[in-house]
Amino acid sequence: MRKKSFFLFLIAVIISFHNLGLSFASTSESTPLFRADRINILVLFIIFCAVVLLYIRSARKGKEFFIRKINGLEAIEEGVGRATEMGRPVLFIPGIDELDEIQTIAGLSILSRVAKITAQYNTPLLVPVRYPLVLAAAQESVKGAYLDAGKGDDYDPEMAQYVAGEQFAFVAAVHGIMHRDKPATNVYMGAFYAESLLLAEEGQASGAIQIAGTANPEQLPFFIAACDYTLMGEELFAASSYLSKEPLMLGSLKGQDWIKILLVICILLGVILETLNIGSGFFYKLFIEH
Amino acid sequence: MSWEFFGTTLAAFFTLSLYSFLYKDNPFYKLAEHIFAGISAGYYVGLIWHSVIKQQLWTPLFNERQYLLIIPGILGLLMFTRFFSKVSWLSRFSLAFVVGNTAGISLIRQLHGMILPQTRSTFLNVASFSGLVMVLGVLSTLIYFYFSKEHKGALGAVAKLGIWFIMISFGASFGYTVMARVSLLIGRAQFLLTNWLHIIK
Repeated sequence: MRKKSFFLFLIAVIISFHNLGLSFASTSESTPLFRADRINILVLFIIFCAVVLLYIRSARKGKEFFIRKINGLEAIEEGVGRATEMGRPVLFIPGIDELDEIQTIAGLSILSRVAKITAQYNTPLLVPVRYPLVLAAAQESVKGAYLDAGKGDDYDPEMAQYVAGEQFAFVAAVHGIMHRDKPATNVYMGAFYAESLLLAEEGQASGAIQIAGTANPEQLPFFIAACDYTLMGEELFAASSYLSKEPLMLGSLKGQDWIKILLVICILLGVILETLNIGSGFFYKLFIEH
Repeated sequence: MSWEFFGTTLAAFFTLSLYSFLYKDNPFYKLAEHIFAGISAGYYVGLIWHSVIKQQLWTPLFNERQYLLIIPGILGLLMFTRFFSKVSWLSRFSLAFVVGNTAGISLIRQLHGMILPQTRSTFLNVASFSGLVMVLGVLSTLIYFYFSKEHKGALGAVAKLGIWFIMISFGASFGYTVMARVSLLIGRAQFLLTNWLHIIK
């Protein structure tokens, strides 16, 4: 088993060179240091960062923030409890995208919370992944969660496994896991594409309770149709803050809400100006590159 | 028997083996699943060795002397430290680089590519019906994703309108994608009947 893991990880590491190369390439392209045509983006960026930092500071000082209930997240613990009672594993898929996709990072953050609950209940956890960097990050998340739960000795690096690099080969492998290991709870959190219905439909047929979350709007209908609970769009990103209650994450979520209000005000102002045809051109130009 | 016929027959065999899962899990499906997963892993190793490690790291670094590439090279090498438990923590530098890079680039990408264009596209004349529907849809959907207050009273009513807009768009998206999937099925059936069995000419 250790030999098998070694070879799988060797494959994973070789592929990780590719992903690191891509990440680095995206930052090393020669572009001008300052682009005056994007000053509006800079202004919005500064406002966004300032608001988030202010809220994080308040949260660290002990101010309590309210976050409304997000349906589906409550079901995670219930799902793990069900798996424990049935003596079956929990399956968690942090999307099928690379670590350079923000949804994957959100998924891994939720994985950390799920792993903490499975550690507390001594429930087996299966995390099949498609990319090697995600494998390494998933292993770190699960390991950290088991250590936090005081169950470091129960941690097994094989909980997170690299199964296949190709999209539909990954689906075929996960179908096999669903059929043979019979997980009682399937959690899909991250970026999903054409395989969303293939995974969710098979999970539903196997009788598992299913909780999904993605910010890919074209895949959400399939999860809504085939899963018991679905986190839609930004709920996926809010989920990690909701579950962790950490000041850093709560502050950033509150900051994002504040920005939404700012955008609603901008839209209302733009709509009024456009409808009354007063200075709408000037206001419109604030939102485009010059 | 030509190699072309052999290849087509093999592809047809694996197609049917994968479809056999519709009946139940069986040895043919298991065989196809394992070969599919194994070949994809092997293919990616070969692909990345040639197109990334050789073409994007080794050749530019040693032949074209692009010494900046030493940094991603070292970050890649640090991933190998995961094999040695005492120094495995070093691999976290590579992970941290990718995660930090992703968050930073995503923020600007979202502001530039999504938030500003979508905001300005919603500056519509609400005297027209389509403009009114569009503005109501965007605002109510934004309100649905507001997490700082309980969705009760007026806020709850607007959020409920938002979820209606979301569900209607999902319904349209569902129908569109189902049509695309049916065309994929037709493509596979055409392969079996035309390329393999030659029933359809």
